Amino acid sequence: MALSAEDRALVRALWKKLGSNVGVYTTEALERTFLAFPATKTYFSHLDLSPGSSQVRAHGQKVADALSLAVERLDDLPHALSALSRLHACQLRVDPASFQLLGHCLLVTLARHYPGDFSPALQASLDKFLSHVISALVSEYR
Amino acid sequence: MGHFTEEDKATITSLWGKVNVEDAGGETLGRLLVVYPWTQRFFDSFGNLSSASAIMGNPKVKAHGKKVLTSLGGAIKHLDDLKGTFAQLSELHCDKLHVDPENFKLLGNVLVTVLAIHFGKEFTPEVQASWQKMVTAVASALSSRYH
Repeated sequence: MALSAEDRALVRALWKKLGSNVGVYTTEALERTFLAFPATKTYFSHLDLSPGSSQVRAHGQKVADALSLAVERLDDLPHALSALSRLHACQLRVDPASFQLLGHCLLVTLARHYPGDFSPALQASLDKFLSHVISALVSEYR
Repeated sequence: MGHFTEEDKATITSLWGKVNVEDAGGETLGRLLVVYPWTQRFFDSFGNLSSASAIMGNPKVKAHGKKVLTSLGGAIKHLDDLKGTFAQLSELHCDKLHVDPENFKLLGNVLVTVLAIHFGKEFTPEVQASWQKMVTAVASALSSRYH
């Protein structure tokens, strides 16, 4: 399940294309997650989750920054994400299944905005990349 | 299982009306086999599955994908009784095909990404939410007769 050279190349190329808009897409992914999988909202009872919420946008940007960091550090994900993992393990205590749901909604968001780029090979590489991120994120859980 | 509102039903039905089942079927099954290669375990008789392009161009994959989505499409008229609609297929997938129901969830999510590619802007978060209910309910109905 390790990321191949092709996986890395495809993910990096897409990320370059997303440029400074990663936050737009992660925010949309969060909105999609909340609508499609309402139980995920239980982690955000402290936020305004109404459409267009600036708080959701701010959270989307945090997710974007973490994913962009991950793209930079593909060879070293567990280490790169260790602080985030501890945060999610010890303070946020988000059930790991929720990350899968957000990951899926991010894929849907990217498919919707970049249909021409979203080849089966890219979908496979992105899916693998997100699994690695999720793995790293839960690595400190117990 | 999931309760479909009238709005869900209208959303699902209207989007499905615009789907080319043959193309979407091939795309969906093909992508499942590419993205989750272990799912190829059910398709040893399909011939060349050695690369993404081989899989996406494989005529047996396209034909089977069409079959699967045709069945799904047929169920859209019976959203309030998916368990009944899929009872026999559920038994078949358990007793004859020996398919782990986890695969139904994978296929459902791949279908959602294929719809996103094809419908773009129209595939809003609200539309996706209705479709997630659909694929979850179908997966559940297909596994309901497992024993």
